[in-house]
Amino acid sequence: MGMTMTQKILAYHAGLESVSAGQLIEANLDMVLGNDVTAPVAINEFEKAGASRVFDKTRISLVMDHFTPNKDIKAAEQCKQVRGFADKYDILHYYDVGDMGIEHALLPEKGIVVPGDAIIGADSHTCTYGALGAFSTGIGSTDLAAAMATGKTWFKVPSAIKINLTGKLNEFVSGKDVILHFIGMIGVDGALYRSLEFFGDGIKSLSMDDRLCIANMAIECGAKNGIFPVDETTIEYVTGRALRPFKTFEADEDAVYDEEYTIDLSTLRPVVAFPHLPENTRVIDEVGEVKIDQVVIGSCTNGRLEDMRAAAKVLEGKKVAKSVRCIIIPATQQIYKQCIKEGLMDIFLDAGAAVSTPTCGPCLGGHMGILAKGERAVATTNRNFVGRMGHPESEVYLSNPFVAAASAITGYITDPSKI
Amino acid sequence: MKAQGRVHKYGSNIDTDVIIPARYLNTANHKELASHCMEDIDKEFVNKVKVGDIMVADKNFGCGSSREHAPIAIKESGISCVIASTFARIFYRNALNIGLAILESDAAAKDIKDGDEVAVDFTTGVIKNLTNGNEYQAEPFPEFIQNIIEKGGLLNSISDRLE
Repeated sequence: MGMTMTQKILAYHAGLESVSAGQLIEANLDMVLGNDVTAPVAINEFEKAGASRVFDKTRISLVMDHFTPNKDIKAAEQCKQVRGFADKYDILHYYDVGDMGIEHALLPEKGIVVPGDAIIGADSHTCTYGALGAFSTGIGSTDLAAAMATGKTWFKVPSAIKINLTGKLNEFVSGKDVILHFIGMIGVDGALYRSLEFFGDGIKSLSMDDRLCIANMAIECGAKNGIFPVDETTIEYVTGRALRPFKTFEADEDAVYDEEYTIDLSTLRPVVAFPHLPENTRVIDEVGEVKIDQVVIGSCTNGRLEDMRAAAKVLEGKKVAKSVRCIIIPATQQIYKQCIKEGLMDIFLDAGAAVSTPTCGPCLGGHMGILAKGERAVATTNRNFVGRMGHPESEVYLSNPFVAAASAITGYITDPSKI
Repeated sequence: MKAQGRVHKYGSNIDTDVIIPARYLNTANHKELASHCMEDIDKEFVNKVKVGDIMVADKNFGCGSSREHAPIAIKESGISCVIASTFARIFYRNALNIGLAILESDAAAKDIKDGDEVAVDFTTGVIKNLTNGNEYQAEPFPEFIQNIIEKGGLLNSISDRLE
């Protein structure tokens, strides 16, 4: 029986000829990742277990992105603990304020993760790197601690859902709408424990930023990972960035899939996910009148350069509504700099938006844009759970950056083509 | 390995943001995390939970972020076992890694009511509802998971590999 792309990567990293769904394997890891929220718990476990060395100081990434620049004394202490650990073990990929970016934008950008890798990260959106044709998945702090010590972890080999993409996206529609549409179809646990494997002619029209966004939200339908085949776009993206040589894998012709879906990209409209689950999706035409107080454009889902360009395209020459706070967060320093070079920063500031240094802050209700009781935000982030961005009685509506920018201008959730 | 206690019942898609809101993730202190457990959907939970109590929920329990703080908060609050129709995969892994017992049983999740008294045998996977007399069969832990739990968590189970 043939293997899926995910299964082939896992078999290779477990040193096995083949694996099948449900099998428990131990795999060698190419990169393990932690952040300022999850690494402190891992470091406590690492030390409690009496570990005295890391498996490879070049294959651990520690990114201080969640509550940074430090939001309070406790957050500062957590970062200090991680910084101390990184110093002690001479961790190569330690990123702090000034050179850090949001982890899932930063690692691909710097070529720290490459096609064919097996990667775990103590952050659920670690599945983002599937866009590069890598197997990557989120785990917790204890798994991170064990992996920092051994360079290995165990996996249950997942079965897969095959998603055929055809056609091409229309104006104001992006990778965000593809994944929100899919989550709306199958629900927040529709892919529980399984892989999402993307196929089809439609992929070649998707930019790397679109693919990173789609793979990023695989977790929001419960998937273990989401993965794209390696094509010209991938090779072009990793050329000049990849810090390590890489290996490419493709699914066997006779691989078996649990389910199969086809999405014609040309039929998609901008999608908005209503509170309080990413599966509560409506196309923009069915949203109705929803008054908002805040817009956040950024995060590991939509803080990349194309997202910034999308926001600028809509905001150019316009003003953010007086009743709205619009917060824009380029995900990395390089993206931030490029926003300045391309004149996007002028557009944002002239429109009356606030632009922040990279941080995960508002996405998870940490800092830099917390909602009061009864307030509503349109956000290009990934979750709209109860209390996600602040008060338990506040609301988050998820959208692409075109919709978010358009909504900032009018003060209501708005179709960007109507601006 | 057994557990018995009063049930705290919740619905579907209980996410890690409501188990422990991110605004409290600026600490890894177990007691502090437990003091905010479930507060965004059940303010009374921390006051009414007693050591040994059991949490029961419908599908996709623990969906959302990878924060291990979520199972830590539940375990530290005194909960001896979580039973759900299904668990989100990262939560499932995290719970076992920190030694929080969890069992999947759709029948138990559907039948058990808030406040029921329930007894669980982890070796056999049998869940008994002492309030209505019904019994449900969950998968007992496989051997390698038992090993992790017996040794008090994943890190202890691999300590022989560490220098």
